[in-house]
Amino acid sequence: MTLRATDRPSGVPWYNDEKTRGVLYQVVLLAVVLFVGWWLVSNTLRNLEQRQISTGFGFLWREAGFAIAEQRIRFEPTDSYARALIVGLLNTLEVSAIGIVLATLLGTVVGVARLSTNWLIARLATVYVEVVRNIPLLLQLFFWYAFITQSLPGVREALHPLPGVFLSNRGLAVPVPEFNEGQAWALVGGAIGIAASIFLARWARKRQDATGQPFPTIFAALGLIIVFSFIGWLIGGAHSALSIPEKSGFGFSGGAELSPEFAALLIGLTVYTAAFIAEIVRGGVLAVAYGQTEAAMALGLKSGLVMRLILLPQALRVIVPPMTSQYLNLFKNSTLAIAIGFRDFVSVDDTVMNQTGQAIECVALIMAVYLTVSLLISSFMNWYNNKVALRGSTR
Amino acid sequence: MKRLVTAAAAVALTVGIAGAAQAGGTFDAVKARGQLVCGVHTGLAGFSAPDDKGVWAGIDVDICRAVAVSMFGDAQKVKFVPLTTSNRFTALQSGEIDMLARNTTVTLTRDTTNGMNFAPVNFYDGQGFIVAKKLNVKSAKELKGATVCVQSGTTTEQNLADYFRSNKMDFKPVTFEKQDEAVAAFTGGRCDVYTSDKSQLGAIRASQVKVPEDYVILPETISKEPFAAAVRHGDDQWFDLVKWSVYAMIEAEESGVTSKNVDEMVKSTDPNLQRLLGVNGGMGKALGVDDKFAYNIIKQVGNYGESFDRNLGAGSKVKLERGLNNLWKNGGLQYAIPFR
Repeated sequence: MTLRATDRPSGVPWYNDEKTRGVLYQVVLLAVVLFVGWWLVSNTLRNLEQRQISTGFGFLWREAGFAIAEQRIRFEPTDSYARALIVGLLNTLEVSAIGIVLATLLGTVVGVARLSTNWLIARLATVYVEVVRNIPLLLQLFFWYAFITQSLPGVREALHPLPGVFLSNRGLAVPVPEFNEGQAWALVGGAIGIAASIFLARWARKRQDATGQPFPTIFAALGLIIVFSFIGWLIGGAHSALSIPEKSGFGFSGGAELSPEFAALLIGLTVYTAAFIAEIVRGGVLAVAYGQTEAAMALGLKSGLVMRLILLPQALRVIVPPMTSQYLNLFKNSTLAIAIGFRDFVSVDDTVMNQTGQAIECVALIMAVYLTVSLLISSFMNWYNNKVALRGSTR
Repeated sequence: MKRLVTAAAAVALTVGIAGAAQAGGTFDAVKARGQLVCGVHTGLAGFSAPDDKGVWAGIDVDICRAVAVSMFGDAQKVKFVPLTTSNRFTALQSGEIDMLARNTTVTLTRDTTNGMNFAPVNFYDGQGFIVAKKLNVKSAKELKGATVCVQSGTTTEQNLADYFRSNKMDFKPVTFEKQDEAVAAFTGGRCDVYTSDKSQLGAIRASQVKVPEDYVILPETISKEPFAAAVRHGDDQWFDLVKWSVYAMIEAEESGVTSKNVDEMVKSTDPNLQRLLGVNGGMGKALGVDDKFAYNIIKQVGNYGESFDRNLGAGSKVKLERGLNNLWKNGGLQYAIPFR
């Protein structure tokens, strides 16, 4: 039994008191942290001033003067450094978000495949995991990039598998619908479809809870979204004009392009992270007691249903916490983009740092951005973890 | 990797653990250490690259050696620190290196807000374009819509955007961290064009492509790139020494003094030569070093023309013309300030 402060026998000096000591240590630690922080900042500022290097983030509003090919928002060289960095950040977020989704899907499939009773499938999955997770990611990225740019033909000999689709070492060019105000209605229709699906899913769950009748929610939701989008498209005037890529000059004009840099980075990150996720999924499934499988089988469930209804929901509790680390890894590994020419946040920041010479500010920006996004990812995952955790379990 | 170095340099700047913590004390710090620490390129033929025996060579390396000779009378007392475009300035600012001789373009912002001072220009370069001959491009004006490979973190990216903007052409940049990767993407057909300083395009065409004749360097020069060694701002005595070490090499070429004839020339009665070679005039003492500093530089490193020929000119693999880097009296821009 621990002694409470009030239990202290008289005669023991205050500095031997457990509670006072606890507070004292915390105060000392805080003071040390604050002092080191102050010392670092003031020392930096003094050093910078001595060397007459200008400081501050004012440079962000100066004209960038360089171009970025991969842009989700419009960017011209006349725009500011700040806007350039946002373009880079959006590229990072885009590749990370898509990568996380794809790596989760691929990783789950491979992880389940490793548990398969089919000898060949299980061995193939094992080989995949062992090969991929034991080769450095940077090498894999170089491999994918070289594979894409060296094995595909040049622009003038581009592969042309479908009308309007070109595949070359400049990437994949595909037709996209020309945007037109009428098409906003299709988006509205899609939104209505999603909202309706959510209500449908709630209703279906309630009905299943009450009567045990399952409802094919996924197919119904897909149908709803497609039908409502189509109605919206019709209301908007049914524009069907496509922007089709055409060979012109040095490359293609029109359509949408998927660059080799983006593709290589996405494939590399997905394939690499999926190997780790596969192991986490396998571990999670194995963590569920075998009695659960036996019980489910005794109830007459098919093996697919056993996995989907019994094993995965329980495995999720084990899977989610380590999965958070993998998502964070994928996000941070996306900074290797600079090696294969993809303009992610670090790559843009690197150019900004060199043009302005504001190294400390630019390194601070990298740290701030990656810290913020990482914390957002982990807080989302923690929220999700709480959702799937056992009710009433104490944590 | 490069980010690690940059971050480390930034940390060094933050914590102030670097050798020369005080701006202004580099001269004494170098003297006390007995060795010059010079930042150079990681490997650019003709400018700074280790040769097949691992000995650093190049015109930038020669500047470092010249300064070491001025200081210690010994061209070997240099430690070379290979730097990328991204970490070169932080390395200088943090005091990790004493001087930076890494084909660095002099610009106003680098001279001011980045806290550097630049020695005399030791190489006049300009940015150009290289394309595959089969594209049949004769001028950079025909590059509308082209995909351009470029190395990040240099003035190159900005010049490229400026040039296309002022000619009202669009283009797609593909930006790489390392030159080798950018060149590989270009020769692999990812880009139509590679852009860099013309001296580098020459070196790439000479040594990094399979068939040099398949590539042409377009006639346009789209920027002025004067390269010079840099020291920290506010470090006047040190700055003077670096500056006059460079001038000594140029002045030597102007006066016809070479590493071969310097022992003859030192007996000359020409007052200009006597001052340059330290026979009298006290030029070295004014800089705080041996009066014979220029004599030693010429003896051990050679004059500017010898350095150029050995590293970039006829005597090298790169085989560049002297062009703008010829002496002013031969139609170039190299001009030494009088030694008196």
